[in-house]
Amino acid sequence: MSVALLAFYLFAAGVLTGGLFTVLSRNPVHSVLFLILAFFSASGLFVLLGAEFIAMLLLIVYVGAVAVLFLFVVMMLDVDFAELKGNMAQFLPAGLAIAVVLLLVLGLAFGDWHMSEGVSAARAAVTPEGTDNTAALGLLLYDQYFMIFQLAGLILLVAMIGAIVLTLRHRDGIKRQDVLQQMWRDPKDAMELKDVKPGQGL
Amino acid sequence: MQADLNTILPEILIALYAMLALVAAVYTGKDKLAAPITYLTAAVFLGMSAYIGLNGSDATAAFGGMFQDDAFARFAKVMILVSAAAVLVMGMGYLESRNMMKFEYPILVALSVVGMMFMVSAGDLMALYMGLELQSLALYVIAAMRRDSVRSTEAGLKYFVLGALSSGLLLYGASLVYGYAGTTLFSGIIAAAGEGLAPIGLLFGLVFVMAGLAFKVSAVPFHMWTPDVYEGSPTPVTAFFATAPKVAAMALFARVLHDAFGGVSADWSQVLALLSMLSMFLGAIAAIGQTNIKRLMAYSSIAHMGYALIGVAAGTALGVEAMLTYMAIYVTMNIGTFAFILSMERDGLPVTDISALNLYSKAEPGKALALLVLLFSLAGVPPMLGFFAKLGVWRAGVDAGLYWLVVASAVASAIGAFYYLRIVYYMYFGEEDAGSTLDKSRSPVLWIMLMGSAALMLIGVISLFGIDSAAAQAAAALVN
Repeated sequence: MSVALLAFYLFAAGVLTGGLFTVLSRNPVHSVLFLILAFFSASGLFVLLGAEFIAMLLLIVYVGAVAVLFLFVVMMLDVDFAELKGNMAQFLPAGLAIAVVLLLVLGLAFGDWHMSEGVSAARAAVTPEGTDNTAALGLLLYDQYFMIFQLAGLILLVAMIGAIVLTLRHRDGIKRQDVLQQMWRDPKDAMELKDVKPGQGL
Repeated sequence: MQADLNTILPEILIALYAMLALVAAVYTGKDKLAAPITYLTAAVFLGMSAYIGLNGSDATAAFGGMFQDDAFARFAKVMILVSAAAVLVMGMGYLESRNMMKFEYPILVALSVVGMMFMVSAGDLMALYMGLELQSLALYVIAAMRRDSVRSTEAGLKYFVLGALSSGLLLYGASLVYGYAGTTLFSGIIAAAGEGLAPIGLLFGLVFVMAGLAFKVSAVPFHMWTPDVYEGSPTPVTAFFATAPKVAAMALFARVLHDAFGGVSADWSQVLALLSMLSMFLGAIAAIGQTNIKRLMAYSSIAHMGYALIGVAAGTALGVEAMLTYMAIYVTMNIGTFAFILSMERDGLPVTDISALNLYSKAEPGKALALLVLLFSLAGVPPMLGFFAKLGVWRAGVDAGLYWLVVASAVASAIGAFYYLRIVYYMYFGEEDAGSTLDKSRSPVLWIMLMGSAALMLIGVISLFGIDSAAAQAAAALVN
């Protein structure tokens, strides 16, 4: 068994156990930690596929930011997970029925799955010869997919505006710091020099 | 690259305008600038629609086919821009008098319009999705804009969650289509799909994509969000929901089906025919019990989407032409009707119950008459323009051999006429009920919109102002 194959089975087992225990663990903190395990293993799979940029992205974005955020939310918010799970038994039969139907439908779709002729020709080469895949992705994003990339930027702008519109409240009667006002304050207005004669008060 | 950028110049300009206006307003007057920004946005919309309408006659593709600028896209864009401008100006008074005017509102509308323009020009599954998300995300936010009201936040949240679900369906379908065709470009998909019946993998993708899009046009059975969102959102936002986004989603529907799946039209035509029939009947029957005029308009829009879908289901150039004409007439009617709903208030508070219209004809005969014309037109009573819109889609349906659908839609339209005519009955023959009269509206803008829209419903019968020939041109550009 080659090293690559061994690594593949190792990472694949990691993804599966991570995913399984994310759903099954009783303690939500453990769930998040298993989720992180799944992310790590998946990024290992990406490295094996030769997509090292996506592997690093998965680690940086999902493990570094998203999973840690989840961890914070789980630890900080007082969510009663036992109560949430209590209702699960009630919906389990319906959920299972839907899952079975979906599985059958998917089986129908993929049982007869075939691709159109010439797919391999239509599909762009994964990475052009002689460039590593970070550079290749950059070439695609800023050239061929320029318009879509900019649209994604606009979507993020809308998300930002939306978050501000829906949550920011301006409260009156709070003292706020005005830096310019502080800097432009004139000593002449702010203090008064008095010449106090010895032995006399003001 | 330069030529590509020139092709999307209107979109770039509106996006730049939105960003500049945002920065300018944040650093200066904030909400005090809301009114000027609203007028300016409407002016920008009108300017761009003139530019798009008068400029360019041939079809151009930009960014490797991801963006299609043809007569079809231009027709839809002009409709979107003009209706969005009208709704912005119309809603001003309502928002200002209720202290809800935020400068972000016109800016979000502008960004959502940019998304719609990309939607109707999409030539690629990814471009389609990006345009759709840009549009929807802005709409979710403005639905929840009145954040002190439980109704409005509920509307926004409901719309957001269900919208995310539908985006998921659409993306899943898109991934299956990509898996089959090996490309996301519409031109590549249509070549891979071939003629006749679609292979099962592609068919699955197609059905999921259609489910996602049916949600956006609120066709039954993907309509559940519509009444709650229409009712909960502030009325100007509801008026916006009922016009421009519907046009964009409907145009996108036709664009995807013809540009990417034109060869397998037998497969999607039957799905659309079913969606269309269910929408017409549910819209007609469920609206009967409604007393809130905003909910009633929601069911009315579901039914109208059903009629417009007949045109798409026909799968012919005649069908697309009928659909475009239908949407143009529908949007004009809705602008007038919502101008009236915006002016409905009692003691300065908005009223949405239709019982408030008791004997309205005695209080304000002019406006009552205009509303009567609009309601007759919405119901499709013959002398009004709404009837000719329906006639157009029926003609396309018969032409494509969808006889049963045309008969069903005639039945549904007869059922639906009941609830429109009930409002007319209230206005003219209602019971005398002291203290239920509405305030006299002071807004000249709303008056002009209402009267103008009603007048168009009558004058349009004589001449459609060239809309029909433009729609025919647009349809010819799409279906070939």
